[in-house]
Amino acid sequence: MEHNFWITEEPIALNDVIEKVTRREVGAINIFTGTVRELTDGKRTLFLEYDAYKPMAEKKLAQIGQEIKEKWGDAETAIVHRVGRLDISDVAVAIAISTPHRKAAFAASSYAIDRIKEIVPIWKKEHWSDGTQWIGDQKERHSYDKGIPTEEAMGNG
Amino acid sequence: MVNVLFFAGLQEAVGEHRVTLDVAGKTIDELKTLIKDTYSLGHLDHVMVAVNEEYVGENIILNEQDTVAFIPPVSGG
Repeated sequence: MEHNFWITEEPIALNDVIEKVTRREVGAINIFTGTVRELTDGKRTLFLEYDAYKPMAEKKLAQIGQEIKEKWGDAETAIVHRVGRLDISDVAVAIAISTPHRKAAFAASSYAIDRIKEIVPIWKKEHWSDGTQWIGDQKERHSYDKGIPTEEAMGNG
Repeated sequence: MVNVLFFAGLQEAVGEHRVTLDVAGKTIDELKTLIKDTYSLGHLDHVMVAVNEEYVGENIILNEQDTVAFIPPVSGG
């Protein structure tokens, strides 16, 4: 089961996650991809850098798959997250969920991406033309500035 | 000895990805204070801690050979 959940440094091939969850008994396979957005609140991203605590991240992705099974029953999940440097429009995360009927697949996909943003130890660093910053929350309004000492240490430019 | 890992912005602030410390027998809370003082960090209230790849509370006592990870707020996806 763990092999359905992995961190990669390579570009993500969507067929890889789809194949993991393809089963004769399902009528729906929902694919979600998270991609690198160029503009956030008017600020232009040049590229992103992702870091992960790989063994724990893979465990936590697997935990999300287990949670989905508990909530939706007959649901098979595969999730891959890419790390390293990603350019605009690159796929950062791909989730595939197969269920007998479509509603559960849609709902479970939404749950999966929300949980990734809560519990999986993966971080992204924004690279703008005027500086860089590790992003510490998903509202992207502020970084986790309270956890570290100075703006210099944040790499703010 | 206990392995301590830092990631993302915290790794940059500390200047290390991994350090080995003689902190077996101490609690997570005590280790946090030690790290904060050693590296002159601000408070670490938003930082979650994992021991051996599972999130733990502040009162957990560290054992020899444990791997502790300081996990700043995550931003995957």
